[in-house]
Amino acid sequence: MNRARSLILDVGVRTVFHTVLLLSLFFLFSGHNAPGGGFVGGLVAGAAFVLQDVATGFDPSLRKTVVDPESVLGFGLLVAVVTGIAALVGGGAFLESGTVSAALPVIGTVKATSALVFDAGVYLVVLGVVLTIVERLGEEPEG
Amino acid sequence: MAALVVLHALVAALAPLLSPRLGRRVFLWCAVAPAAAAAWALWHAPSVVDGEVLTQSITWVPELGLTLSFRFDTFSLLMVALVSGVGLLVFLYASSYFAGSERPKLGVFAAELTLFAGAMFGLVTADNLFLIFVFWELTAITSYFLIGYDDDRSSAREAARQAILITSAGGLALLAGFVLLSQAAGTASLHELLASPPSGGVVPAALVLVLIGAMTKSAQVPFHSWLPSAMEAPTPVSAYLHSATMVKAGIYLVARFSPAFAGEAVWRPLVLTIGVATMLVGGYRALRQTDLKLLLAYGTISQLGFMFLLFGTGSAAAIEAGAALLLAHGLFKAALFLTVGIVDHQAHTRDLRELSGLGRRLPVLAAAAGVAAASMAGIPLLFGFVAKELALESYIDGPLGVLANTSVLVGIVVGSILTVAYSCRFVWGAFATKPVDAGAVPIGPAVARPTRPFVAPVLLLGAVTIVLGVVPALAAPLVFGAARALEPSIDSGTLALWHGLSAALGLSAITWAAGGGLFAARVPVARLQSKLPAIPGSQRGYRGSIALLNRTAGAVTGVVQSGSLPTYLAIIVATVLLAPGLALALGGRWPDELLVAESPMQLVVVGLLVVTGISTVLVRRRFVAVLLVGAVGYLVGILFVIQGGPDLALTQFLVETLTVVVFVLVLRHLPERFSVQGWRLANAGRAAVAIGLGTFVTLFTLVAGGSRGLEGISEGLVDRALSEGGGRNVVNVVLTDFRALDTLGEISVLTVAALGITSLLLAGRGRRAPESSVGAEEPE
Repeated sequence: MNRARSLILDVGVRTVFHTVLLLSLFFLFSGHNAPGGGFVGGLVAGAAFVLQDVATGFDPSLRKTVVDPESVLGFGLLVAVVTGIAALVGGGAFLESGTVSAALPVIGTVKATSALVFDAGVYLVVLGVVLTIVERLGEEPEG
Repeated sequence: MAALVVLHALVAALAPLLSPRLGRRVFLWCAVAPAAAAAWALWHAPSVVDGEVLTQSITWVPELGLTLSFRFDTFSLLMVALVSGVGLLVFLYASSYFAGSERPKLGVFAAELTLFAGAMFGLVTADNLFLIFVFWELTAITSYFLIGYDDDRSSAREAARQAILITSAGGLALLAGFVLLSQAAGTASLHELLASPPSGGVVPAALVLVLIGAMTKSAQVPFHSWLPSAMEAPTPVSAYLHSATMVKAGIYLVARFSPAFAGEAVWRPLVLTIGVATMLVGGYRALRQTDLKLLLAYGTISQLGFMFLLFGTGSAAAIEAGAALLLAHGLFKAALFLTVGIVDHQAHTRDLRELSGLGRRLPVLAAAAGVAAASMAGIPLLFGFVAKELALESYIDGPLGVLANTSVLVGIVVGSILTVAYSCRFVWGAFATKPVDAGAVPIGPAVARPTRPFVAPVLLLGAVTIVLGVVPALAAPLVFGAARALEPSIDSGTLALWHGLSAALGLSAITWAAGGGLFAARVPVARLQSKLPAIPGSQRGYRGSIALLNRTAGAVTGVVQSGSLPTYLAIIVATVLLAPGLALALGGRWPDELLVAESPMQLVVVGLLVVTGISTVLVRRRFVAVLLVGAVGYLVGILFVIQGGPDLALTQFLVETLTVVVFVLVLRHLPERFSVQGWRLANAGRAAVAIGLGTFVTLFTLVAGGSRGLEGISEGLVDRALSEGGGRNVVNVVLTDFRALDTLGEISVLTVAALGITSLLLAGRGRRAPESSVGAEEPE
């Protein structure tokens, strides 16, 4: 399926690929206070990989991913569940969020919530869903 | 007590790991668990027999009234004596039984047997009704695996399936009964329930449900067919589960319930009829068997009916007799099953038509089995006699009406005659020197002698049967203590070997004579039995209901799962139009004022939306239609932006983009153009459904916006977002904190859906078939 690859699309995607991934991470981290979050972040990251797939004509050998999309899915769900259980271990209710603030040199005060870790799980699941559907459908021989 | 249950589980968990190193000695390791339980019971036995009750309670789900509560009284002690005492012997026996056949799954098998022992221990010591149910089901599940041990034989698989289907159907009835009873009594604690039994209302129905559960578990007519089938299991399993313990779980429940509920109108007629019928059917069919194990299985059914009857009667005397019979049966029936196992293991057959002369070759085993069989037949100087005398006495001037007393007594006597006859048949069939069938090689003299540890459990059980038979006073504290635990009004009595020349002794004498006669006349009896029409088989009933179930399921699936996506969609939409649509039409409150638009930009976007939407329907090429659907989505996203919802808009744009990509990928499998040309009837129908849904959604949105009755929950969430959730993006805080459990559920659904897509596509690829889920979208 390596016919008619567009050079412009190819180079364009290479240029923006990492930027889009970075943007997705930005959405993930900023989500607690500004628009964004794990769901949107996961979709953006998924879009980056879809762009790449479109540019390469869904050729699995040109894919930059190193893990199965299904593993991403599973790992994301695991992260989310473990966060919930960690809250139990920490003495809270299942999935209750906790906040940690730390004053770091240079950067200043950094606040981290366990909700971010949970959101990272959501991010991975959504990314996994997009990858699974698009890659598996893309690999299908044309009917 | 909870610790002992956990110990069983731990021992079981380690068994498969140890089994490669230990081989068949893994059973000795597993014996640790029942040995510990038996030792624990023995340690507490003196005080428990004196009336002390050990309790333990661990909170589980207090909101639902679920506690892990255990209660160890004398009746539990009697049951534990069987579960762990006989269990210990069975484990020791199993390590010899599996000698010479080092099968790979032995570790798992030993683990399952240990788990069963733990579940059974839990069942007889649990006090919470629902905890009892959990253990009840655990015994059914472990039993399923144990029966199906030889899973390369289809008969074993079929038998396992039959056992679990019948017993878990009964388990469901039991659960329903427990729920009703605990609601009626306001407590889920067994002893509180029995101390102040509820009555009236749903109680009779609940009792019938509980009895159905007990009947399936204890193989009562008409649910008995699974027990003979279960003889597919290795003999230690048959001896342990299907004679000494699991099948007595139903008896256990009936025993617990009957003192409190025997007065209910439904109880006695049901229990007595079923008990007598089971006793007779089991005994009658045992007489016909040529497989020694099946002979014992039907004998067990008969004896279970006997116990069902005794405990179910609920009078003091009958309960005492039941407790004695429970103990006696555990001793002699386990011994007999273990004997069959040894015979089968040494002679490689258990068909009594092929066995001859085994008694001369294995005199010690024959003697021990003879003792056990004689105890089953109720011969004096053995414990079975003591139990049977008590049983007969309890009905000679019994608690029921004259007619019922007499019928039950006749039933017991006839059942006992059959018991004597099949006991004789067992000993004769296994050990006698007799002419064998023409063509069959007599098996007996050449049989290798079993090892001492193999025979030891049988000898021990036989010895206990004799000791308790000669000096029954030894068993009196346990038997009367157990009876008193069920019915507090029972005094401690004594068990006597000699009751004088009583009516009971006369009836016993009749059973010996008639039973002996029946056995002596076995040839004409067998001929008569083969001529009489067979008793309508429970087996046939089971097969019939399974076939019916399969046919019904097939028919329902055929109707409901048509496989056409447009049909599914039409059904869903029609349901929406009918149910909420009707509610909307009848009770919808129209908003007072209609706001057409908030800004001119909205009007522009909506105008574009309408044009795009209509074009989507009109275009002929699928690809263009997909792009237009995507455009509709983007335009809606723009509406979100105008309205001030950046989060929503962002998500909408992303989802829309990815949807279009997925659509395009799917389109590769479909024809380029829609095939339906012109306005046909089907198209008109689709248009009607679509316009209907669109109208409904529009009206619903308008009405829903105007009919809010309660204060929205969003107000509180906005206030709490920063203080409790630590974030300023309220939507995100709701998703990851306040409603994180919902989110977890949603991502779980996403995961399952994605995995489903993968499996569907991979399955389709394996066949290289175009009719994957995608291809079925539009029948053309």
